[in-house]
Amino acid sequence: MQPNSAMDAMYQEIILDHAKLRSGSDLSAEEAAETSYDAGCGQVHQLNPVCGDEITLRLSVDGNTVESIHWLGDGCSISMASASILAQEAKGMTVEELRTLIGQFREVMRSRGSMVADEEVLGDAAALGGVSKFPARVKCAMLAWVAAEGALAQASTP
Amino acid sequence: MDAVHESAPLDDAAVRRIRNDFPVLSQQMAGRDLIYLDSGATSQNPISVMEAEQEFYEQRNAAVHRGAHSLAAEATDAFEDARTTVAGFVGAGEDELFWTSNATAGLNLLAYSFSNASVGTVSAEAARFALGPGDEVVVTEMEHHANLIPWQELCRRTGATLKFIPVDDDGALRLEEAAVLIGPRTKVLAFTHASNVLGIINPVAVLVALAREVGALVVLDACQSAPHLPLDVKALDVDFAVFSGHKMLAPTGIGAVYGRAELLNAMPPFLTGGSMITTVTMEAAEYLPSPARFEAGTQPVSQAVALASAVDYLRETGMDRVHAWESTLGQRLVAGLSAIDGIRVLGPKPGVERTGLAAFHVEGVHAHDVGQYLDAQGIAVRVGHHCAQPLHRRLGLTASTRASTYLYNTTDEVDALLEAVAEIRPYFRVGTGKEQ
Repeated sequence: MQPNSAMDAMYQEIILDHAKLRSGSDLSAEEAAETSYDAGCGQVHQLNPVCGDEITLRLSVDGNTVESIHWLGDGCSISMASASILAQEAKGMTVEELRTLIGQFREVMRSRGSMVADEEVLGDAAALGGVSKFPARVKCAMLAWVAAEGALAQASTP
Repeated sequence: MDAVHESAPLDDAAVRRIRNDFPVLSQQMAGRDLIYLDSGATSQNPISVMEAEQEFYEQRNAAVHRGAHSLAAEATDAFEDARTTVAGFVGAGEDELFWTSNATAGLNLLAYSFSNASVGTVSAEAARFALGPGDEVVVTEMEHHANLIPWQELCRRTGATLKFIPVDDDGALRLEEAAVLIGPRTKVLAFTHASNVLGIINPVAVLVALAREVGALVVLDACQSAPHLPLDVKALDVDFAVFSGHKMLAPTGIGAVYGRAELLNAMPPFLTGGSMITTVTMEAAEYLPSPARFEAGTQPVSQAVALASAVDYLRETGMDRVHAWESTLGQRLVAGLSAIDGIRVLGPKPGVERTGLAAFHVEGVHAHDVGQYLDAQGIAVRVGHHCAQPLHRRLGLTASTRASTYLYNTTDEVDALLEAVAEIRPYFRVGTGKEQ
């Protein structure tokens, strides 16, 4: 193989590791099929019909703190790594912090490579910065985050 | 090309000369020569086709079948000559072929025409296309969504029932099941000539014989056959066939439907309006015979001219030679892919007949990642479900990667793909013994 820096920047070690680790992917098929949840809980299903990437993500909030993210999904390495990183990063954040993080992540993803992903701001999610150079893959990276955004809105609505 | 070359089988040297006619192929992608292996999705146009379309606009453009001026007559001649050329290419009479925007539009048109025969008051001759509760439409499990969903919708509208012929683990139709499924209730049998995923060429004669026994209409999706092998709709004895120009060296926006003349002149139209009528009153209208009957409104004239030019190009090259060359490439693909660790090729095994394409699954790596890796090597392939979700589900997959060749692909290009595919699992740290 000849090196390809843009592709190698997208498929960093940490991304490939997370794609295998799938942190938080312990939501059962039964739970994913449920339609009503406890208070402080939100659940969203996202599907990318182009490639079949799919995720059902459940988020619980305790007071003002994100208690946990559990998900069930299948898809490419970018979508799975992104969900895994999100599940790790979000835990313990305040609702407002996660909302801000999702906004910042979206901004970087939509930048077509023009923004540098700041590790100070995005944590491990900064490793996904290389995806923004590949418009066709931005949806893959955003899948779990869009689901989390919806679940967060549900969970934090009294 | 001289006469000797025209009859000799295609080889890499001849294909390199063919490539000179396709400017889009001689460019760099990701810093290396573009390797275009996605002709199953859309093919490239030779210079002669683009020139034919431009020449039409420069010298003959006018409204066809309207007006008495000389330019309109020239445009009409060009339009009808194109029909004669394309109809001849597939063995149809010139009154037996009408234009659509693509094969999807053609299949939908047929389903809606059958629909129109199923509601309200229709003539006795149109009643043969009517469907209702108790009637059945039979398709196959390998169909492209374009030859599935229009029939699902037709059944929903009419109360008819949709059945399908299942495939085996290699994707071949289970013909013993077909013999049971196709019965007295079957009104329509719709199936693909060549699979866009498996590369399988279906046994048309066997299926047509089953349909003839019960008087069912046969609709053939020739999208993946008309561009790649000699096609004679009369010899195949199908009632209808559809194909798309953009898959056979022509621009987008043009396709065609073949129908037996006797059927086309009895079938109710789908789109109605200008250019397809004889007498119109405020209450009703009488329709022209085929093909005008199915060509309401302004037609894609320059695209039809371009498709005829594409057909000329294919004819001059020789469809037997095109078919033979693509079979060689298809076999090279499937043999090479099958020899790589962790690669599962869908469809027929090496050595078994297939068209010049192969879809495959890379164990442990999602198709989207496979496509990304290949793109970084300048190799264009299709990833996803290729508009055949039920087939992928049957084969236990959600997506696959497809490399599809055409008359302008070389064995070197196939070999470059094989080399790149072998690198994919190690790159993604999948498999044993090859981790970096």
